Amino acid sequence: MQPSLNPYQKTRIKITQKKSEFQKFFYEAGDMVVFTGRFFRTVFKPPFEWKEVLYQCYLVGYKSTFLIGLTGFIMGMVLTIQTRPSMASFGAISMIPGMISVSVVREIGPVITAIICAGNIGSRMGAELGSMKVTEQIDAMEVSAINPYRYLVVTRVLATTLMIPLLSVFADAIALTGGFVAMNIHDAMGFRRFFSVALAHLEFIDVFPAIIKTFFFGFTVGIIGCYKGYHVRGGTESVGKAANSAVISASLGVFVIDMLAAQLTDLFN
Amino acid sequence: MKQNSHYMEDEERDPASAPRDESLEEQDPVTDGWPEEKGVSGEWSVVSSEGDPGDRPVVIIKGLKKAFKDHEVLRGVDLHVNKGENLVILGKSGSGKSVLIKCLVGLQKADEGEIEVLGKSISSGLSYGELNEIRLRTGFLFQNAALYDSMSVRENLAFPLRQHKKDMTKEKREQLIAETLDNVGLAESIDQMPAKLSGGQSKRIGLARTLILHPEIMLYDEPTTGLDTGTSREISELMISVKEKYKTSSITITHDMLCARMTADRIIMLKEGVVVAEGSYESLEKSDDEWIKSFFF
Repeated sequence: MQPSLNPYQKTRIKITQKKSEFQKFFYEAGDMVVFTGRFFRTVFKPPFEWKEVLYQCYLVGYKSTFLIGLTGFIMGMVLTIQTRPSMASFGAISMIPGMISVSVVREIGPVITAIICAGNIGSRMGAELGSMKVTEQIDAMEVSAINPYRYLVVTRVLATTLMIPLLSVFADAIALTGGFVAMNIHDAMGFRRFFSVALAHLEFIDVFPAIIKTFFFGFTVGIIGCYKGYHVRGGTESVGKAANSAVISASLGVFVIDMLAAQLTDLFN
Repeated sequence: MKQNSHYMEDEERDPASAPRDESLEEQDPVTDGWPEEKGVSGEWSVVSSEGDPGDRPVVIIKGLKKAFKDHEVLRGVDLHVNKGENLVILGKSGSGKSVLIKCLVGLQKADEGEIEVLGKSISSGLSYGELNEIRLRTGFLFQNAALYDSMSVRENLAFPLRQHKKDMTKEKREQLIAETLDNVGLAESIDQMPAKLSGGQSKRIGLARTLILHPEIMLYDEPTTGLDTGTSREISELMISVKEKYKTSSITITHDMLCARMTADRIIMLKEGVVVAEGSYESLEKSDDEWIKSFFF
């Protein structure tokens, strides 16, 4: 039977626990910075694993197109259907394509793509590298004098950094198509008219920062997924935890970068 | 002497600043008074299993200590492996056997002590590139074989070749893969995925993947664990044939007395991170010590 603790002792224990969690957070953040720094030191130095980069691009890009496309299409349709009544009450139905295009291209397309990739790709990378770690496959690479960081991490991070912007552009296009379908059903708006209005509302400042931030989204999803997998300790249970943690951390990272990007864009505006 | 192992990547280290034991390179490996004059104090019986007194040990460990937080796993291990010899390390679970061989290839960093592999000190000041040179000459068979499960058997064997022998033609590579698989008796498994292989087959493929780079030293981490007696005997026989064909020296970590009896030239017994006995299988079998006897019954 455990001895009963007085309120002072309980508070002390809680503070100690919080302190250790706090310390752990900062240790992990420091570790993460070192891990990221290692990427930049490794990525520009030969040998380059082009074949593996291409394979990872195929996995990240091509294999995600259906999911991203379907989500983009639904997103565009729902956005149009949801905004239509409000716009109709102002007699501004003709403005809907412009509004959809700006919101999709600036914000919804990149963020939704990155979040889906954080869930789909980040978790896969966390679990894949985590299971390689616990089954000593990463150690096997080390003892074969193969740099596992270069082969496993650099290639994956490059793939996400290059593919998520492409997926984001693809998601934008499909979301606009979804928006057009919704408009066509409700208001019989033609394809040409929808897209001419939609594209007319887009400016350089809408497109350029949105594309730039997707590179950061891609990098974040890749590096966090790999970090979580690469640092798995223990057994198979920790692999699941790593995958879960990769999704949460990468999603959070995407939102933080999005917030910073919004602030910066606003500053330049 | 406290000596922290610290491996750094090439890109992190100024090569000129890497402390290298130049005197070691200048010495005649046979005639000079090595290892005593290299700061590895203590007396070694530098006699190979073949009885050639001139052969220097391929592995020397002196005063190796390793702790995980407050738990001391290795508490000053001294050992050496002569050229062409198979040293078997026996000990109960948690006695630090696996940690010991992982320290040899830099997978674990020793807290204290000195390690020399193939005449190179890997205890301190070693760059990642220098460590990899030693790793290329050292093969490591993991307990669970650690095959890359996203690659077929052929790709598992081709992977280290593609990384280290970039100028090798595809035909030559395929030929080498086929030869190595034939040497481990699994030529027909070339296109299988690791998930389809049995435990014994995985070990054989893991061994083939290591042998394809022709290592001078083999490190076996519990090579027969989880295998039935028949398969365990086959793996032990394979280890003997590898030693003969590839002229390797080796360290074997095992609990399996059959494997130890078949493969050992010499046995070291590790208890709570310290070497407590050393000798041939036959001499240890006759020991009166209760703890040692517990392994042989």
